[in-house]
Amino acid sequence: MCLALPAQIIAIDTETNMATASVNQVKVEVSLALVDDVVLGDYVLVHVGFALQKIDDQEALATLALFAEAGLTATA
Amino acid sequence: MKYIDEFRQPDLAKQLATSIAQAVEPQRHYRLMEFCGGHTHAIFRYGLQDLIPANVEFIHGPGCPVCVLPTNRIDNAIELVEKYDVILCTYADLMRVPASERNSLLKAKANGGDIRMIYSSQEALKIARQNPERQVVFFAIGFETTTPPTAVILQQAQTEQLNNFSVFCNHVLTPAAMQALLDAPEPIVVDGFLGPSHVSTIIGTQPYQRFAEQYQKPIVIAGFEPLDVMQSTLMLIRQLNASQHQVENQYSRAVTEQGNRKAQALMAATFELRASFEWRGLGEIANSALKLKAEFAEFDAEQRFSLSTQATKEVKGCECPAILRGAKKPQDCKLLGTVCTPDNPMGSCMVSSEGACAAYWSYGRLRR
Repeated sequence: MCLALPAQIIAIDTETNMATASVNQVKVEVSLALVDDVVLGDYVLVHVGFALQKIDDQEALATLALFAEAGLTATA
Repeated sequence: MKYIDEFRQPDLAKQLATSIAQAVEPQRHYRLMEFCGGHTHAIFRYGLQDLIPANVEFIHGPGCPVCVLPTNRIDNAIELVEKYDVILCTYADLMRVPASERNSLLKAKANGGDIRMIYSSQEALKIARQNPERQVVFFAIGFETTTPPTAVILQQAQTEQLNNFSVFCNHVLTPAAMQALLDAPEPIVVDGFLGPSHVSTIIGTQPYQRFAEQYQKPIVIAGFEPLDVMQSTLMLIRQLNASQHQVENQYSRAVTEQGNRKAQALMAATFELRASFEWRGLGEIANSALKLKAEFAEFDAEQRFSLSTQATKEVKGCECPAILRGAKKPQDCKLLGTVCTPDNPMGSCMVSSEGACAAYWSYGRLRR
């Protein structure tokens, strides 16, 4: 029920506040009613047809770097 | 797929496993509750239990909205269809949940009931617009993740004066469930929590602070991908080793301290607390669920239709309630895999794609 998928915004209709998003090349209609300042190319988490939150790429990269760091300290 | 594949890399999983193995103190037993069914499924599906030391135990929590919905609410939904002849719009997860008398929404649909499975709450509005001569009810369930989309369509229905539309509201609150687990007469024995991923995108990390402080349990908000779960496990172990009890945010790519303010404001404008709500496994919990505000009363299915209030009867032998409290594991249930399977579920934990029994049946049953 609480699962949400990362999707990239590929078109925005400002009149209806709806967007077209790509989930692994599959196009889905997504409401932007719950998020502000979404622009083309942004990644959002999509849940029951709504964008819940933007995905912060810097934070994602930082988390991935921490995974790698965990391994380094483990093997050191 | 971006933001998915990177968080499933096997080589990084092995590295994290090594770090966890080095971090655990061998004489200590770590009991970590993953609150969400999404985490339970990641743990079983990716075999994470086998990657970490045996003295780190995962205890499955109640974070599966389909699982915690008491039977009488499903009975009410069937009553709406059979007695009031409404078009009932529901998320697909609810279709096979057992109701009383071996009934279910799927059986009610087979018997001619007009039950529509929808993917988005907005489809319910569309169905209401297309069928102005019929009453259309949206069977709303879910934690804080799923509540804002219901708030949006209620506001739309009010703007459009869509008078044949109403919502049967069953939205529940995560912090209230956490509180109930910790305050239970026989409190669960848990050392720390893996906190919800997507609930927290909405409510933020701040609401967990009081649990960390009051009950001295570390809480790590964890993403749903396998590497997220492993890293969060490592963070919990490190906190426990250092006798710390803080709220940490592993899922920082989507969760902030304050959460989604816009969604919170929409929820606050549309819903208010129910005095009490029944949870399967946890019983009646005060202030644990939402109902429509008075301004939206005309869209409240519970006010529009008179629904019966019979008590919930559980299937004899089904351990769902104890499993949802973290008191038992799926393998402790005698019905699991014998009479209770995903094709013929006896309890909600076997139905939902987030239920612990479904996870155990799908991925874990050959592990022992």
